[in-house]
Amino acid sequence: MSYFFETLVSGLFAGVMYSLVAIGFVLIYKASGVFNFAQGAMLLFSALTFVTLTEKGMPFALAFIVTSLVMVVIAILIEWLVLRPLRNRDPLTLFMATLGLSYVIEGFAQLLMGMDVHMLDLGIPDVAVQVGGIYVSQFDIIASLIALTLVATLAIAFNKTRMGISLRAVAADTLAAQSIGIRLPVIWRIVWSVAGIVALVAGLVWGSRQGVQYSLSLVTLKALPVLIIGGFSSIPGAIAGGLLVGATEALADIYVGPLVNGSVSTWFAYILAVGFLLIRPAGLFGDREIERV
Amino acid sequence: MTTLQESAPSKPLRQPVFGIGTIAVVAGLIAAFAVPVLADDYWLSSIIIPMVIMGLAGIGLNLLMGYTGLVSIGSAAFMSIGAFSTYNLLLRAPFLPLPVVLILAGLIAAIAGVIFGLPALRIKGFYLSASTLGAQFFFEWLFTNFSWFSNDSQSLTISAPRLQILDYDLQSATGRYYLVIATTALLIALAFAIVKSRVGREWMAIRDMDVAASVIGIRVAHRKLLSFGISSFFLGIAGALWAFGYLGTADAHAFNLDKSFQILFIVIIGGVATIFGNFLGAAFIVLTPILLDRLSLVIDLSFLGDQGALANLQHIIFGTIIIVLLIKEPDGLSSLIKRGVAALRPQARSSG
Amino acid sequence: MSLFTKAMSLATAAMAVTLMSSASFAEDGSGQQLYPLFTYRTGPYAPSFIPFGAGNIDYLRYINEVEGGVDGVKILVQECETAYTIERGIECYERYKNGYNGALTAAIYPHSSGLDVALTDKARIDKIPIVSPGGGQNIATDGRVFPYQYPLVFDYWSEAQIIVDYIAQQAGGYDKLKGLKIATLYHDSGYGRDTIEPLGILAKKYGFEDIQIPVPHPGEQQQTQWQQIRRANADWVFLRGWGVMTPVAIKTAARVGFPADRIIGDIWSGSEDDARPAGAAAKGYLAVSVFPPGTDYGILKTLKKDILDKGESDLKDNSKFGTVYYNYGVIEAITFVEALRTGHKKFGNRPLTAAEGQWALENLDIDQKRIAELGAEGLISPLKTSIDNHKGETIAAKIIQWNGQSWDTRTDWIKADASLFADVIKAKAAAYAKEKGIQPRVATN
Repeated sequence: MSYFFETLVSGLFAGVMYSLVAIGFVLIYKASGVFNFAQGAMLLFSALTFVTLTEKGMPFALAFIVTSLVMVVIAILIEWLVLRPLRNRDPLTLFMATLGLSYVIEGFAQLLMGMDVHMLDLGIPDVAVQVGGIYVSQFDIIASLIALTLVATLAIAFNKTRMGISLRAVAADTLAAQSIGIRLPVIWRIVWSVAGIVALVAGLVWGSRQGVQYSLSLVTLKALPVLIIGGFSSIPGAIAGGLLVGATEALADIYVGPLVNGSVSTWFAYILAVGFLLIRPAGLFGDREIERV
Repeated sequence: MTTLQESAPSKPLRQPVFGIGTIAVVAGLIAAFAVPVLADDYWLSSIIIPMVIMGLAGIGLNLLMGYTGLVSIGSAAFMSIGAFSTYNLLLRAPFLPLPVVLILAGLIAAIAGVIFGLPALRIKGFYLSASTLGAQFFFEWLFTNFSWFSNDSQSLTISAPRLQILDYDLQSATGRYYLVIATTALLIALAFAIVKSRVGREWMAIRDMDVAASVIGIRVAHRKLLSFGISSFFLGIAGALWAFGYLGTADAHAFNLDKSFQILFIVIIGGVATIFGNFLGAAFIVLTPILLDRLSLVIDLSFLGDQGALANLQHIIFGTIIIVLLIKEPDGLSSLIKRGVAALRPQARSSG
Repeated sequence: MSLFTKAMSLATAAMAVTLMSSASFAEDGSGQQLYPLFTYRTGPYAPSFIPFGAGNIDYLRYINEVEGGVDGVKILVQECETAYTIERGIECYERYKNGYNGALTAAIYPHSSGLDVALTDKARIDKIPIVSPGGGQNIATDGRVFPYQYPLVFDYWSEAQIIVDYIAQQAGGYDKLKGLKIATLYHDSGYGRDTIEPLGILAKKYGFEDIQIPVPHPGEQQQTQWQQIRRANADWVFLRGWGVMTPVAIKTAARVGFPADRIIGDIWSGSEDDARPAGAAAKGYLAVSVFPPGTDYGILKTLKKDILDKGESDLKDNSKFGTVYYNYGVIEAITFVEALRTGHKKFGNRPLTAAEGQWALENLDIDQKRIAELGAEGLISPLKTSIDNHKGETIAAKIIQWNGQSWDTRTDWIKADASLFADVIKAKAAAYAKEKGIQPRVATN
């Protein structure tokens, strides 16, 4: 039984890692209705920039700030060069543009910063400690705290600041928001910047686990089922979806995997998500009316 | 979706018998069959064959995406079903002739398409697109994890035990080309027939406004599933051709997510709701990397850095072209060419 | 026409001209031997290719510029980017299978196990030798059924043997293997599953417990797998990783408290880029090495003096000199050059055709004496091929250990007992021949 709990707990922690990635998608979807496939590429780009800077001897905090600024510049460029010309086009066109964007960002990331595998040490020991008879990693606990802090910060920013309220207005009704004088391009720039910084945080956590390298951009694929289950437009949904995916995936791997001679984690989350969709088309916390037949 | 018109190449077909359309079709067929005389092995094997097959796969997705308005990013999964079905049918039912095997493989892919299309009855948009990824990962896993599908081969790969029609061996580049082009020609005709039919018109009605479509009595759910099925039928046959007409040997990873994206790009670049546009898109996808690679042989690009930098530059150029096309030419290359032809025509008249 | 339309038409025209004319611009290659270098400088595996390609290029550059070619025949290196995809690999194969501007193709190194398999039928029709040192199909060892495949140097069945030999050595004898638990954590692919069968046979022979645990590609999340390993109380882990799976495995092992010096990595889990990203967790981690790292070999010193120090290396980052993948590149280039020399002895000192290349690869004999002449003692083990054995008669590997910064060599060459699996492999080749309707060649003379 303790094995079951240990699997469950480690699955939940893995879920937090997925949620970290998923939050970046949700932010952009909420504000601009775009499913940003390039989020994975942004994750790679930010983590690579950060590692390159620290390897050049820059202290951690400064490197974090500089990388964040780089992500802001990228967000402004994306808004100017891609989003603005595609304004008022249907969401699928925008989605495909972000696919193109991911090629561009990945290309630049590796052109500018090389294709080496970098080690990233955040100084958090990744060793097992025993909590209530179950082994958990200190790193996982800290990663979860980071995720919590991030969500709390975003929640405060959205609910208390003027900017956040404008953003929620845009998410609720774009036309009405524009008519009361909210400038859409500004909102987009800000949201893409924030998503860029969220990508940096996720990139650092994932990068310290597997090394900073091209494969980082693939974690996008892990975040997708989380988004389907949680809803594309809900941050609490992304967290809950992440936990659900992480836990069921880990349990399925242990208890279903052996029955079908192999690990099921590449597709299990997707099938779970599709099954979920059939029952709750808008996801756990998503807007009920959207995208439903 | 942006407003979509019917594709231009189909218009001449409506004209009376022996009109320009018929002549164009006959001329096209003759040209297609004469290709091996003009092209050498390299052109056939590594440019023309993959271009034609990817164009066919593009038609498959375009029937779903361009005509019915349902976007799938799991197209390669249905290609892999076609490929693995063909392999197993050839292997386990050796009495079946190749054309029958291809049709059966297409039908098996179509059944899978209908099953994985079921979520379309309840959801649309991104949710649907994202859930088609389920098919992508599931089948890649299925074909790698159960070695029965690859006849317990050590490397989990499949290669055609025999490729022949009526004792005519199709292993050579020319043979494979004829197999590919004949299959594709038939399927293009089928695609036109479907698009022109009542079903095709109903698809477009669903795409443009599904609520209205159901009001005027179109069975939306049925038509959507049919669209998934027919689309997967085309993709399945394209997959079989890709595995055995082009690659020769394939495994499940030959049909990975990148391939699905490529097919999606073919549709975007070539133009949604076109048939011949898919071949333009396919030409673009197949030729661009080869051209950029060759460019480095012709021009000294060392000022850009090393070969690795050049390879990354290809990614950037490719992504940029996609974005620029989406911004400037939402209807794809086929509409660009149409306009180009239209622009040239008055000049041609005045000079002639 | 809009500006955009014009620009697009212009670009299309320019592209067409490039494609048609690229051959005529290039230098004349007649009298030279073509070496089509299949690259993957982009994509997830680019980090391993960069030093690997550089090792290849640097050695061939040394042969051309310092030694004046192979017996006077210059080698023309032409790169072709595959991005590690099979489609583009096939395009490269078709592009160079018949040579290039007068330079002849003697053999093609596809640099990808998947591409090697995909080219099997094509190579049989075109009669082009396909050489995959360390990454070929084990079944193709039988050259009677596979005349054109050369899985030189190594295979995963021998690797399984070598691992078990090493563990026995550590445990104090083969009799001590009884009751030990050896878990294999494998990349869930054809490559990863290749060791299930030989380990099953070995487990039966020696009485150890064989535990097989798959990791799905790419392997960025392995918590459950390592919990299984810990729960099973495994004594050793044989890590058959690929790409990002390896550092994640090493890190996750540390998280569940499994000691790094009880994990033995596969040859593709044993490069600097596999261990370094795992940081402190990788200290003590072991790996099988067929391409030993280090700069202390004669040929590496020569390359440093004549190529690297003169600024002629293909490496951008000189710290990669002497790494696992760089040395792998050098070793691969040696097999190519030595095959050419073998061919020259029979056919004369001129560029070889594919048929001649095939003969040369089948009669390769790099013995201890030749290895010493090459300055490659300790870098490569003897390699002798024949029509019956396209892999090489003795398969050997070393065990290396990560000290936190670089690899230390722990053992001398451990030789696999080729007789153990020979019959199984032969039987598999025969079954393949039957399925494909191939008449195996008979060894003449």
